[in-house]
Amino acid sequence: MDISKKEYEQTAKKYAGSSKMYITIPMAFLIGGLICCIGEFFLNMYQQLAGLDFDQASAYTSITLVFLSALFTGFGWYGRIAKHGGAGTLVPITGFANAVVSPALEFKTEGYVLGTGAKMFVIAGPVIVYGIAAAFIYGIIYYIYGFFS
Amino acid sequence: MEIFTEYLKAFLVGGFICAIGQVLIDLTKLTPARILVSYVIAGTVLGALGWYQPIIDFAGAGATVPLAGFGSMLAKGMREAIDKDGLLGIFTGGFTACAAGVTAAIVFGLAVALIFKRTDRTRQE
Repeated sequence: MDISKKEYEQTAKKYAGSSKMYITIPMAFLIGGLICCIGEFFLNMYQQLAGLDFDQASAYTSITLVFLSALFTGFGWYGRIAKHGGAGTLVPITGFANAVVSPALEFKTEGYVLGTGAKMFVIAGPVIVYGIAAAFIYGIIYYIYGFFS
Repeated sequence: MEIFTEYLKAFLVGGFICAIGQVLIDLTKLTPARILVSYVIAGTVLGALGWYQPIIDFAGAGATVPLAGFGSMLAKGMREAIDKDGLLGIFTGGFTACAAGVTAAIVFGLAVALIFKRTDRTRQE
């Protein structure tokens, strides 16, 4: 528990950056908006050049952004952007990817199984658990609702 | 001009969704993990209610790139899986919907861990 608590605080600090709200909020807006624009660029490319439908293009866009975020994390650039971007770098899917890749790299020293393999999910794990649980509950409601309509 | 408005919409909506996250971090001191969990659950609920799709139609990547889009995708995938497979869909829909993003994160994360040395400077402070 101690390790994960420390881990949370470290990551929290990384995304919190400066605490002046008149700086942090516009910065989050700017950086987050820009990341979405990069996404919009790939979304357009995949639809127009590759002729994919919206859902497929959207999935490829996610994969591309995750790849870029992993690369940026590897070079140590993502953390530097996150220092200024705060939630602007956390909330997009690139932030999710960074939350997977960053501990995967950092805890390499504890081995590939219990370091990289386990710590990868320090933040992504809860996201997947509660995302799947929420979708599961919705699924039950949707399934039952199907009998009455 | 049309392409400009499209990017502007993605920027404004995406930026706004991120700014809400920053307000939450600054005011509540919520940890990043909790922020991300909140976004995914919120996205799933909004997607289930059918309220997120109009935002996607309006803003494109401005709505799909933030993690709430991931949540709305979970709801959509769940719906489609149940329509196709019935009861089994409740157990397959969620993971099917998020498979691409999660697999990408795992595989690229592993690759980066294998190739790179620890260079994420902010983490070292």
